[in-house]
Amino acid sequence: MIADFFFVLFAVMAIGGAISMVLARNPVASLLYLVVAFFALSGTFVLLDAHFIAAVNLIVYAGAIMVLFLFVIMLLNLGRSEKVDLRGPLNRIVAITVAGAFFALLFVALSAGSQTEMAGGMGQATVDAMLQSRGAVGVVADPMFRSYLVPFEITSLLLLAAIVGAIVLARRRAP
Amino acid sequence: MKQAYVGVAILFLVGLLTSGMFLLLSHLASAYRPTKVKAMPYESGINPLGDTRERYSVKFYIVAMLFIVFDIETIFFIPWAVIFRDLGLFGLIEMFIFIFVLGVGLAYAWKKGALEWD
Amino acid sequence: MEAISGTAFVVATIVKTLVFFVILLLGVALTTYMERKVAGFMQDRSGPNRVGPLGILQVMADGLKFILKEEVTPEAAHKRFFLLAPVLALFPATVLFGVIPLGSPLPTPWGRVDMIVADVPIGFLYVLGIASLAVYGVVMAGWSSNSKYSFLGGLRGSAQMISYEIGLAMSLVPVLMLAGNVEMPVLVSMQQSFAAGPGTYGVWFIFPLLLSGFFFLVSGLAETNRVPFDLPEAEAEIVGGYHTEYSSMKFGMFFLGEYFHLITTGALISVFFLGGWDIPFWRGDNIRVLADGTVIGDPAWWKTLLTMGAFTVKTTLLVVFFMFIRWTIPRFRYDQLMDLGWKVFLPALMLYIMLTAVAVFVLDRAQIVGPAFAGALFGLNLLLMLIFLYLLDRGRLVRGATAKTRAATATEGD
Repeated sequence: MIADFFFVLFAVMAIGGAISMVLARNPVASLLYLVVAFFALSGTFVLLDAHFIAAVNLIVYAGAIMVLFLFVIMLLNLGRSEKVDLRGPLNRIVAITVAGAFFALLFVALSAGSQTEMAGGMGQATVDAMLQSRGAVGVVADPMFRSYLVPFEITSLLLLAAIVGAIVLARRRAP
Repeated sequence: MKQAYVGVAILFLVGLLTSGMFLLLSHLASAYRPTKVKAMPYESGINPLGDTRERYSVKFYIVAMLFIVFDIETIFFIPWAVIFRDLGLFGLIEMFIFIFVLGVGLAYAWKKGALEWD
Repeated sequence: MEAISGTAFVVATIVKTLVFFVILLLGVALTTYMERKVAGFMQDRSGPNRVGPLGILQVMADGLKFILKEEVTPEAAHKRFFLLAPVLALFPATVLFGVIPLGSPLPTPWGRVDMIVADVPIGFLYVLGIASLAVYGVVMAGWSSNSKYSFLGGLRGSAQMISYEIGLAMSLVPVLMLAGNVEMPVLVSMQQSFAAGPGTYGVWFIFPLLLSGFFFLVSGLAETNRVPFDLPEAEAEIVGGYHTEYSSMKFGMFFLGEYFHLITTGALISVFFLGGWDIPFWRGDNIRVLADGTVIGDPAWWKTLLTMGAFTVKTTLLVVFFMFIRWTIPRFRYDQLMDLGWKVFLPALMLYIMLTAVAVFVLDRAQIVGPAFAGALFGLNLLLMLIFLYLLDRGRLVRGATAKTRAATATEGD
């Protein structure tokens, strides 16, 4: 009952934040709305017993990536209301098509399986027992470093590529 | 498990109320005698020169990007640290590879002068 | 004893939160007074001594002044964000303490009450998540003021805070390795010794993980923007930094936020490295709640008071230590600051994590446990600390201005 209340609260916050982010004229306001949406998402993750993901969502998205966005907004001298860049009927048609395709995909994915199936068929009791015996981080850590070893190692290569890319991009225009 | 977050919710509420109360209190109690000069940005007493929104060094941008990468690295360290004694030698080696690859990244950034400030 | 549950739990949490929050707020007020007294002591003068006995009422006077002064909003500022920035600065600082265990569990007629606002399963990650939000206040203040000094201060501050956030998080990885858990109460109980239950170390983590503690201390100082890392508000260079344009209570909120951060950093160091609320050389206070709810030890209300007292003493001593640092050490130059973060701390921490992992692995294989385990790690850390400080002190990594000039002239002279 209380969980339902919080789910609705976070859902409204997340969707409201996302819509406000798109509609806001000022890029900095957009960014803050997005942070609100991330907060709400973290709350939803907690309700799903995905404690570690909730924390990572906050640390990486709200705490790191959004800071970079803020830097970019400041770097590009934005901050005053900008003109709408989505002009012309063609652009609008493309935008509506992409959004429609996304919603169709979402609909198919959600109708394909019920919620219990998506959670691997585990009940609340099993989840609680796992969390209690291994801890919120241990539950994630175990599969991450045993079953998904290769994706984990590839992540390091991805991060390496990100470092190289960032430096190459930033250095190009420097004398 | 989830009931622990009740405390977080209450604390967030208390924190927000405190901030709001401070703002409201000073808004109500403070004097208002705005003048043109008072509302100018402070620039050591002279009239402001030029625009504030100057472009600034790309360095800050690189730092923010490197920060994201190493922040994610740290996020991977934490679950590993929690269970690495169960993983044994296997866990040790897999993390060494991970750290080595990112060490190469850091060395590259260093070599390219991305960490230089002058 | 069963943990408190149901409605009683919610009531207990509300009471706990309010009580701890008020205590913390009073603590912050007293810390601002203490800072000025310590500054007076360090500079051989009296400090505040006019308002009330020993000047203690200075705190009230300051608070009143903050509220009554005129609020100035610069014409060029972005009004909404200008108003929001102090909230973004103060809010994370006030909620950060929520996961810090403050004392041993308190037995009440309705059940056991843990002396922590929110014992969340992600413990330490909550600290990281909230601390990473503190940067918004600084950036937003700098940007929205639309003044050059504020902007520079905001830029400097944000770059510094994100750089040292990595150090802050990474320096805790060895602690998590030893504890095998991220929950804060577990981190405390791992540093105590018990007659029953899973094994613990029975020694404060500052001993087996000395270098880790050093990194955390320095990174914590940098995160709070205090001397020697106070470049975002270096008054001789950029006036007040990101809060140049702020006045009245809006400035007061930045000011309070800084002291909230100061106390929380002290409290975090106590929890991670100084045994939290543990009273040294006394086993009576060692009370631990296992994951399945079993309580080992004997909770009592007077033990709760004593342990909370011990925690306060540790935190206060650390805060005084920070103040001593503030009035002793001069400010870094900006390039030195960034060099220290990226070229010294980051590689050193990566190396240190690997070395600690190998050491723990070897000790586990040799089946060394208990005091011998901690002793061996302490020896290793002492050695690493000496090597690290030696390398730092040679002026090779973080060079002073003179060394840099000398190097520059040497190359030019060729």
